[in-house]
Amino acid sequence: MSTSTETAKTEIDDYLKSQEQKDLLRFITCGSVDDGKSTFIGRLLWDTKLLFEDQLATLTAESKRIGTQGGNIDYALLLDGLQAEREQGITIDVAYRFFTTDKRKFIVADTPGHEQYTRNMVTGASTADLAVILVDARKGMLTQTMRHSYLVSLLGIKKIVLAINKMDLVDYDEAIYTKIKADYEAFARQLNFETIQTIAVSALNGDNMIALSPAMPWYQGPTILEYLETVDFGRDVSKEPFRLPVQWVNRPNLDFRGFSGTIASGTVLVGDAVVEPVSGQASTVSRIVTFDGDLETAQVGQAVTLTLTDEIDISRGDVLCQTTDRPATADQFSARVVWMHDTPMLPGRNYLIKIGTSLISSKISDLKYKVNVNTLEHMATKTLELNEIGICNITLDKAVSFDPYVDNRQTGSFILIDRYTNATVAAGTIDFALRRADNIHWQSVDIHKAARSSQKDQKASVLWFTGLSGSGKSTIANLVEKKLHTLNKHTYLLDGDNVRHGLNKDLGFTDADRVENIRRVGETSRLLVDAGLITLVSFISPFRSERQMARSLLEDGEFLEVFVDTPLEICEERDIKGLYKKARAGEIKNFTGIDSAYERPENAELVIDGAKMSAEDAAAFIVDSLQKRGLI
Amino acid sequence: MTSHLTHLQQLEAESIQIFREVVSEFERPVMMYSIGKDSAVLLHLARKAFYPSPIPFPLLHVDTTWKFKEMISFREKMVEEYDLDLLVHINPEGVAQGIGPFTHGSALHTDIMKTEALKQALDKYKFDAAFGGARRDEEASRAKERVFSFRSKNHRWDPKNQRPELWSLYNGRVRTGESIRAFPLSNWTELDIWQYIYREDIPIVPLYFAAERPVVERDGMLLMVDDDRLPLEADETPQMKSIRFRTLGCYPLTGAIESTATTLPEIIQEMLVTRTSERQGRLIDKDQAGSMEKKKQEGYF
Ligand SMILES: Nc1nc2c(ncn2[C@@H]2O[C@H](COP(=O)(O)OP(=O)(O)O)[C@@H](O)[C@H]2O)c(=O)[nH]1
Repeated sequence: MSTSTETAKTEIDDYLKSQEQKDLLRFITCGSVDDGKSTFIGRLLWDTKLLFEDQLATLTAESKRIGTQGGNIDYALLLDGLQAEREQGITIDVAYRFFTTDKRKFIVADTPGHEQYTRNMVTGASTADLAVILVDARKGMLTQTMRHSYLVSLLGIKKIVLAINKMDLVDYDEAIYTKIKADYEAFARQLNFETIQTIAVSALNGDNMIALSPAMPWYQGPTILEYLETVDFGRDVSKEPFRLPVQWVNRPNLDFRGFSGTIASGTVLVGDAVVEPVSGQASTVSRIVTFDGDLETAQVGQAVTLTLTDEIDISRGDVLCQTTDRPATADQFSARVVWMHDTPMLPGRNYLIKIGTSLISSKISDLKYKVNVNTLEHMATKTLELNEIGICNITLDKAVSFDPYVDNRQTGSFILIDRYTNATVAAGTIDFALRRADNIHWQSVDIHKAARSSQKDQKASVLWFTGLSGSGKSTIANLVEKKLHTLNKHTYLLDGDNVRHGLNKDLGFTDADRVENIRRVGETSRLLVDAGLITLVSFISPFRSERQMARSLLEDGEFLEVFVDTPLEICEERDIKGLYKKARAGEIKNFTGIDSAYERPENAELVIDGAKMSAEDAAAFIVDSLQKRGLI
Repeated sequence: MTSHLTHLQQLEAESIQIFREVVSEFERPVMMYSIGKDSAVLLHLARKAFYPSPIPFPLLHVDTTWKFKEMISFREKMVEEYDLDLLVHINPEGVAQGIGPFTHGSALHTDIMKTEALKQALDKYKFDAAFGGARRDEEASRAKERVFSFRSKNHRWDPKNQRPELWSLYNGRVRTGESIRAFPLSNWTELDIWQYIYREDIPIVPLYFAAERPVVERDGMLLMVDDDRLPLEADETPQMKSIRFRTLGCYPLTGAIESTATTLPEIIQEMLVTRTSERQGRLIDKDQAGSMEKKKQEGYF
């Protein structure tokens, strides 16, 4: 080794040792559009020298091409990763950025200020230890400032930096700083923050970002970076109860059975008594296994594998806990839910819930109210729309262990997943457990039609499409089913041709067979309605009496006759299946409209003028009238 | 007592958690193994995550047939040493058509031999989750990618329609044919990777260390003459230079840097004073800003 190599090695060894001790602070920046978030972060990256030359070259070029700074460097462009966003000139998602100083590594979540993107802010805040809230000095506190602060407090962030930005545009006026600071502190009193550090800055010019600004001699510090580097965000782990959500059962062979997971709070020592609170099974920690050797003790944040002295039945989803300070175990709790999807929440509907490492069935058993995030008022509601926050009771299909979110962000949080689309539709924080006695049971003993229907959030019914061959019944029925499906309704479509290939294969087209055909279809749709489904039947069903018979199998209001009234000439002209031609040529006998009668409905609930209305419009009309009738 | 894990300990724990989560929720995970330094770290973390069990999924190398020879020999050594279950996939159609970066251009080569090949392999083995070593600090469009990044049946990424990801609660639900790409190194930076390799003494391909190697300079890039498939211009003669690589891929598309750093501390030291980001060595990102995002939407990692 050469001397220069050796010097490099000692120098870098020292450096690496000092770097080893660095910790990691995660924070988010929030502010309204144009408050300067992107500029703020861009500036931090710039000033901590995290930009490489080639990134700088790209930045300079892009600033010229699409920048908003008249060709000067537009720091905001650094943050706008996705092309579409660049073109719209707004940040629409959460972007994570990294920078390092000699004291700390930082992960910044850049979250958008646009009203409709509350969901992204909540996402960014969920992992943050601290929030930087930007305010434009010229505008002072805005509604959005309050909303962001509320969301940040909802997600359990206790440390706030209030950055009053664009001080250069208000002549670095101390009075403005003092007023905004006072306004904010007065408002924030209700939000339970631990500390609020107010700093006057100009992100664009770099005032009070890294170094104290000569333009604001009245401000004594700290600067943004100084504060971020030194703020204490530690937790007193010795006071926290031990929790280990079991992620994976580690069984390399018959002699080893370990429980792998990341410690969610507290510490564990070999010899500690632990319990799985739902079943009450207890044991003692025999080893704390890691790839790097066994440990005597481990603490929150570490990914470990525990082995126990007893063979107890534990699996993914269980939480290993300290015996003396146990979490709640219940199958119901009260929670705050942030709705994150375009499809609104429906109380009573089934959602998958991921809570810790367990993924089970749940439903919103009671939506108590929603919170107006601008005024913090409570408002009555039947549903939650995208970006709305509600207080609700959630019922699970079995008991699990959890803690209130204020005590534990890992074991007190959950997401809801749509069963059909698999989308993450909501995120929630748990307030407290509900006792069984306080509430209705999950499973009703007597499952009947109404229960099945309401579980599907609909009233089961039959839409009976009747009309000539080629009238458009099946096309319309299909479209209706598609629409219902996107509305998350549960449907089934019985189509004449299809049923004749199976269930009614043995039937022909004599009058007797036509009656039997309809009887079977009527009975089948009765079963489907009993199962809670919206059943679409698309059959020529030419005879009034058979349609009446099908109607009689169902309860009042469950049977809707949809008459697709298309004149014979038009059907014959369309002749999609070429059947009219064959019938006219005598190749098909007993063809409805040609040599077999079609009895027009007299009191159909819905009539579609097949000559005038497009299939799409007809379908929309039908879905609309289902809504009006309260069936969906 | 307040106590913190160091940043590397936190990053390591977070990655391990992601590995365990994927293995618990998916039926057929696979780990993309590209042989580079990020893959080396990924592999190391996978071994840690499941210890004392062996890694419970196979590794997949999509071989474009233009990788550095030393990468392939290193790969074989790793398989041997750690007893890995390695699958190698080469796009047979690409081979049949003789696709290569010189004859067909870098864009087409990458598309056929890498992007298409990857999709073929994922379809062939019906993997429903694929671990990748991508980091959010690499490129702007990656900064917004999720840890569990959903892919449609056609392996497409829809940046506008990503599932929100909160706390460490990942949504691993997919329907048949759909999949996720999981990125355990999302929150690592290049410096973290090097520091970790150093701290953990992780083996990496020798090409990362400076040595005298034959190179030609082309369009401002130093290309290593790894074999005789590199067509030399009339005025080009390979020269021996002390070079190393910051990133490894297909040798005709990967630029070297002149360096004398033969040890990790020296590499880290060079890195701390260097002023170019590692992707500069890769030809594919340079076509135009946003080009990486386009590739990702199409299924490139
Ligand atoms: N004069 C001045 N302008 C600023 C300052 N910070 C940001 N801006 C400008 O405000 C506009 C919006 O900034 P940007 O960072 O894109 O805001 P974002 O929407 O919150 O990310 C841009 O034109 C910035 O250059 C500041 O401190 N002083």
